[in-house]
Amino acid sequence: MANKSVPLWTLYGLKQGKATVPWPAGERASQQGFLGMPRFDPGKCAEGCRECVDACLPGAITLQSGGEARLSVDYGRCIVCQLCVEACPTGAFAASSDWAFGARHREDLVWSRAVASADGTALAGEIRRVFGRSLHIRHVDAGSCNGCESELQALGNPLYNLHRLGIFFTPSPRFADLLLVTGPVTYALREPLEAAYAAMPEPRFVMAVGTCAVSGGSNGGGYSCANGLEGLLPVDLYLPGCPPNPAAIIHALLMLVGRMPQRVRGGRIAEGSERA
Amino acid sequence: MTRYTDVAPRDLEPRCREAVAAGARMQFVYAWYPDGSRALDDTQPMEQTPTAELRYIVHAAGEHAPQIWRCRPGAQPVPSLAPIAPLLSWHEREVTDLCGLKFKDQPQPGPKVLLPGAKAARPPLLPGPPAPLTYVREPYILPEIAGAAPDVQLLPFGPVRAGVVESAHFSFYYIGEAILHYHPQLFFKHRGMEKRFEGLPPPLGAVLAERVSGVGSVAHSLAYCQALEAAAQCEVPPRAAWLRVLLAELERLYNHLHYLGHLCHTTTLKVGDAEGHYLEELAKQINCRATGSRFLRSLICPGGLRREPGLEGLAEPLARLRAEFDGYAAMLESSTTHLDRLITTGVLGKQLAFDQGATGPVERASGIDRDPRRDQPYGAYRELPPRVAVRDGCDARARQQVRIEEIEHSIELIGRVLEGLPDGASRAECRPAPGSEGLGWAESPRGSVYYAVHLDARGRLARVKVKSPSFSNWRVFAHTVHGTNMMDYAINEASFGLTIAGCDR
Repeated sequence: MANKSVPLWTLYGLKQGKATVPWPAGERASQQGFLGMPRFDPGKCAEGCRECVDACLPGAITLQSGGEARLSVDYGRCIVCQLCVEACPTGAFAASSDWAFGARHREDLVWSRAVASADGTALAGEIRRVFGRSLHIRHVDAGSCNGCESELQALGNPLYNLHRLGIFFTPSPRFADLLLVTGPVTYALREPLEAAYAAMPEPRFVMAVGTCAVSGGSNGGGYSCANGLEGLLPVDLYLPGCPPNPAAIIHALLMLVGRMPQRVRGGRIAEGSERA
Repeated sequence: MTRYTDVAPRDLEPRCREAVAAGARMQFVYAWYPDGSRALDDTQPMEQTPTAELRYIVHAAGEHAPQIWRCRPGAQPVPSLAPIAPLLSWHEREVTDLCGLKFKDQPQPGPKVLLPGAKAARPPLLPGPPAPLTYVREPYILPEIAGAAPDVQLLPFGPVRAGVVESAHFSFYYIGEAILHYHPQLFFKHRGMEKRFEGLPPPLGAVLAERVSGVGSVAHSLAYCQALEAAAQCEVPPRAAWLRVLLAELERLYNHLHYLGHLCHTTTLKVGDAEGHYLEELAKQINCRATGSRFLRSLICPGGLRREPGLEGLAEPLARLRAEFDGYAAMLESSTTHLDRLITTGVLGKQLAFDQGATGPVERASGIDRDPRRDQPYGAYRELPPRVAVRDGCDARARQQVRIEEIEHSIELIGRVLEGLPDGASRAECRPAPGSEGLGWAESPRGSVYYAVHLDARGRLARVKVKSPSFSNWRVFAHTVHGTNMMDYAINEASFGLTIAGCDR
């Protein structure tokens, strides 16, 4: 066998053509069929029923008294398992493809009739000026199931090709603008995580990717874990999902640097915003 | 049927020696608390700490069903079986860490799944509310260097490493390029997953099992559900059993494609890297269209499937993927720059692979012809026996070859499922009786996953043990690194296709 591999690979690569999808135009096509956060319709919720509450492993759905609805629904704890949709006898939870759940404020992830937070566009303008064309990320796995890593690694594949958006992963926290954290933060990774954050120059941002990092989800607490970044680091952007798909991660990254609007408000994709 | 045998502590060694001599494989050992569920019940105060019972899972050569040895040591010392079956060593140390039960003459004493310096006020797996660990960092357990000590350098690497990778810490003792000794300090990601099952109603356990090792969601939930189905003695409808094969093979497909892309990344074959990950993305998109989840989650449940996957339009993209893969595989297998880096890299001999517990494609690339889908068949693999890829090259090349062939076999199997899929229901009632137990297993893309499930008096989960393939293969892996060189390390590690989440749990 002659050493013919290198030139042939180049030809092979060229023959494959361009796989990269345009962004954001291609974001929906790439996630066809995706089951995202179930939509909650309190109008259909039946008095005295607690089927969904019992079916929710991470405790994202809880009974409450005196709130806007019978149930408190926290999408920051949702692991997208769809059990509430199957359990609900009245259709108050419906399957949806909503995945663009990146939010600047934790309360935006909790279902609410009124839109809770200001959208922080003034801040976003300054971030966009500085980081809009170049953002460097240090990723720290603080005890994930490897699902989030699998999707973060996918960002480098020819389809998403994250580099073309001016966003890069960097080995050293000293060159990083953003600390991207996955996992519920185990006892053993807490110190390395805090060391990575301390090593970053200011201004620096923190993004919690995946429900584990946002709240602990189904894997937080217990004898060896914290509840994600809650009470550990100041979070600039929350992205729940189990795991969030690559399009959701790209949306959240672009949102962080002010290049895309936040779509979720009051625990749902806000009307009038671009639909996910 | 699974056979149960009571074994006294003093009989463990002779029995184990006899079994190993007859070619049996000691799969793993775990402990649970048979009287523990009372501890959860407030109405009955516990007079004393419940006592642990050991379970040894043994596969005799040529037998379909595993044997389970029960051992209630009480106050008697339990001998370590690691000198006879080395792969049990890590399992025994895990029992010590999490259940507080010590083994006499353990050849490698010391904490394993808890980091040195992590202390538990009570054994974490003792039933009842967990007490958080306390942790003050201590040095990792490393060998002492004598003789030419000044020339030997220590390279610590991790737990936060370059790129998007899982967290673990590696220590290399090296001179120049030559690695003298390698020590992976794993278990930074230990999340106490087994404890999380405690007290859950059985259906919720399937959702949790999907989140033990994200890229092995199907295999984990399948092994878990099969354990419950064994406990309930329920029969999964044929249609669901066939669809589970489809899901398991789709999981193998995207994982193996990822593997090839990553392997090319380490041999710096750039187009091969991009193409492998591109094909993985196509496979994940096929998963997403069929199931709503790129990781094939939220379908498998005790008794069958929660809902039907969407099968229409599955055959055509799979055929296109297959065609593109064939060209890619042919390129990989004829690229001398790539193959040069794989051949003789990370050699794992057949005997070592067997003794240390290698599983999955790793053991099959070391000449061991074993695959639970064929040898201990479960579900629809009884009607759909897979072809098993075996190579005896024992190196990174052989591990690539096994995976390439398995991709071809998986696509064929999926085709057979789509052609012959029986009609009917896709879910049966599965209600395991209070106090019952079961063992389930599945061949994941990385090797065998086992779940042992025990139910309490209320029919909730009392104890769930997870044996993951990466736990087995990480133990084996270090043996292929000592005495090699730094340049080959990343290639060797990629050729094993390990996950850390699965290992650490």
